[in-house]
Amino acid sequence: MLGADLRRDRRAVRRRVGLLGHATFLYDDLTVAENLAFAAKAARRAPSEAQTAMERLGLAGRLRDLSVSKLSAGQRRRVALAAVLARQPELWLLDEPHAGLDAAGRDLLDGLIREAVHDHGATVLVASHELERASALAHRRVTVAGGRVNGGVHAASGKEPAHAP
Amino acid sequence: MLRDAALVAGKDLRIELRSKVATNQVLPFAVLTLIIFAFALDADRGLLSTVAAGLFWVTVLFSGLLAIQRSFALEAGDDARDALRLSGLDGAAVFLGKAAAVTVQLLALEVLLAVGAVVLYDVSLSGAALLIATCLLATAGIAAAGVVYGAVAAGLRVRETLLPLLLLPVLAPVLLAAARASEAALATTTAAGWPWVRLLAVFSAVYLAFGVVAFGPLLEEA
Repeated sequence: MLGADLRRDRRAVRRRVGLLGHATFLYDDLTVAENLAFAAKAARRAPSEAQTAMERLGLAGRLRDLSVSKLSAGQRRRVALAAVLARQPELWLLDEPHAGLDAAGRDLLDGLIREAVHDHGATVLVASHELERASALAHRRVTVAGGRVNGGVHAASGKEPAHAP
Repeated sequence: MLRDAALVAGKDLRIELRSKVATNQVLPFAVLTLIIFAFALDADRGLLSTVAAGLFWVTVLFSGLLAIQRSFALEAGDDARDALRLSGLDGAAVFLGKAAAVTVQLLALEVLLAVGAVVLYDVSLSGAALLIATCLLATAGIAAAGVVYGAVAAGLRVRETLLPLLLLPVLAPVLLAAARASEAALATTTAAGWPWVRLLAVFSAVYLAFGVVAFGPLLEEA
């Protein structure tokens, strides 16, 4: 995975992966800023990455010093996404990332995913029920229906890609 | 590794300061336990001062169980334990950080309990260096063994009741050595205290070494 042997170098690989699942993986009693600083430092990133992530996700204002337990579900989701961003991962694993986000948040997330892929060369794997939105984002689309995996088509055209992206 | 350990310890201590569970629940529990022992043995003041060291360490041990359970409970919310696993932090560093945070909390508790013991149990200190060394080593041993067994119990449905069953037998030698050394420090016995401190150092070193090696795999499986 990511050119490394998971059995021998699991920790180093994990530092290069960002995960957003159904759980937000946040500490309720820490503030937004503290949660993001912890995420960045654990991944060996500079504390400034946490500040940048807060600014990108609109969390740098009054929310930054609020305890996560005081946030709404949508705001928690933004903080969780900011924690992924603060880690600057090479592989993003996003499970239903648009769930719980408002329209502005969804557009922001799509922009961040495109930026991660195009500007930073990251690989982003999105699991989503929103096929149209996912197709608009993706290079490749794999669908699971009736227990069968239909995979590897070009997301926009629905055709087999000439080569793997 | 030490940088990661400091990160984890700082995070745990910050959460404890913020949530006030240690000050609002663990500390009152510890003080109440000291008072109940004093009530139970009040008719015999001589006996109370003689057994003060043992009662002090039993109180620390019971309070330590709460602090250790709390150390893992704060990872239970919103799958934070998975976050810790996936963070890329070294398992040994997570162990050292958690053990350091529990040690700091217990040492602060012991200072307050020592004042309570002087007031309630009518004891006086005659060997400050001996008592400080005893507290540091015994607390490190309790925290190290507690964090290891806390990780074992953390993933189980019956963790609250299982942890004391697993931990108390392991900590019996620490309790024994800490009580004997403290008796010497409080001059309630004529026996030497430093040999017990050396025994405490051995147990604490073994528990710390075991935790450094075993905690990573335990965290993966919890």
